Amino acid sequence: MGFEQTKDLLGLRELNREDIELILNTALPMKDIIKRDIKKVPTLRGKALATVFYEPSTRTRTSFEIAGKYLSADTVNLTVNTSSVLKGESLRDTIKTIEVMGFDLMVMRHSMSGTPHYVARNTRMRIINAGDGANEHPTQALLDMFSIKEKKGSLDNLKIAIVGDILHSRVARSNIYGLSKFGCEVRVVGPSTLMPPEIEKLGVKRYYNLDEALNGVDVINVLRIQRERQQLGLFPSLDEYADLYMLSPEHLLRAKDDVLVLHPGPMNRGVEISSQLADSNVAVINEQVTNGVAVRMALLFLMMGGAKDEIAN
Amino acid sequence: MQLRDKNVIMDEMGIKRALTRIAHEIIERNKGIEDVAVVGIRRRGGPLAQRLAARIEEIEGISVPVGILDITLYRDDLTTLASQPLVHRTEVNFDINGLTIVLVDDVLYTGRTVRAALDALIDLGRPKSIQLAVLIDRGHRELPIKADFIGKNVPTSHLEEIAVRVKEIDSKDEVVIQEIVKT
Repeated sequence: MGFEQTKDLLGLRELNREDIELILNTALPMKDIIKRDIKKVPTLRGKALATVFYEPSTRTRTSFEIAGKYLSADTVNLTVNTSSVLKGESLRDTIKTIEVMGFDLMVMRHSMSGTPHYVARNTRMRIINAGDGANEHPTQALLDMFSIKEKKGSLDNLKIAIVGDILHSRVARSNIYGLSKFGCEVRVVGPSTLMPPEIEKLGVKRYYNLDEALNGVDVINVLRIQRERQQLGLFPSLDEYADLYMLSPEHLLRAKDDVLVLHPGPMNRGVEISSQLADSNVAVINEQVTNGVAVRMALLFLMMGGAKDEIAN
Repeated sequence: MQLRDKNVIMDEMGIKRALTRIAHEIIERNKGIEDVAVVGIRRRGGPLAQRLAARIEEIEGISVPVGILDITLYRDDLTTLASQPLVHRTEVNFDINGLTIVLVDDVLYTGRTVRAALDALIDLGRPKSIQLAVLIDRGHRELPIKADFIGKNVPTSHLEEIAVRVKEIDSKDEVVIQEIVKT
């Protein structure tokens, strides 16, 4: 099942290599638009998209909103804590209400894995998953892959380490699904309590020692320690985590000379990444944010730009 | 829809002569080529723009800036196309403000591509003026657009197609009239 035939973008697991290449190649001209004086093209005039977030987010939501606006779509944000969800409206009724207002596409984030999949089956709107529980966050992985490709020239056969809380990370899962399609060697490293059982089944190598995991890697993707998901006491303290897993400049000696450091943001400086490293040249954290807008513009164009609306129903 | 080549209306030399004449006309019309830049519409307008610029440089001894415009995001038929067109980069790496821009395309037909190109160009800045050069004008305009420089006027019917082939993309230079094969 390829991207061209699907109505929605729910995860990278379902996409094939050609789909991902199409999205990344389309993001390149989109990035040029962001850098122009006149940051607007008329392509999606008359289309409307809603962002519906049942979990907090600043950059992803803003990124989708501005991506839509650069393409001339009308964009509306629904923030759930001010909406009728607080008045007890069910998810299904909320979605139906948005649908009948005439929206073409909905960007959705939810704390429960699979919610966007359920919604996608019950609406004519196209759905983009902007993060569902610990399952997937496909647009984050796409922008990571775009950033890697931009600096390395190609994604093929790279060695990539993903560091931190793998257990709760939808960013890790989407990256694993996406990068595996390009023959990359993906390594995951973190404390055993934050490592999902049977993670090897996704085709990755598991490490508990940071230095070992970084041996000869091309890219290091540092995950955020999600303080909001650490109520179970899976590690003793942030200090102890930082002692063992905080990425700092001396760790890079193990990696390739031209190693690239990514972080999906927002950063906890001094917890998962040292402040010095975050501000150094090897880290492309700000560039990732720009690339995120470009990748989302590409997706909105590919999903709403053509005549595929007819196929969708 | 299948197409069959009917006859060749321009060969390599014919294209070369037409471009040389257009280059002279551009220089003459603009009284020199200072503040003139050439921008081709992707795809086959791109190589034609490069060649026109090279010809102008041969004649005047001064180089002119060359760019390529991708008009996909400005098309008026995106919602009716059967399949999504690929978007490519626009490569206009100079400031177009105050310049005279010569837009270059292979075939002028309905005028809709040129309409999109004008919008795309104006989003990059405010040129002093925009002129249009095409290798083939086949008529059947649907918009009030006309070319300033024309390689060859070719009266056609709607049932025919014009294929401009250039070495850079098609490995040979020729212009061919094609007809639709009924299956």
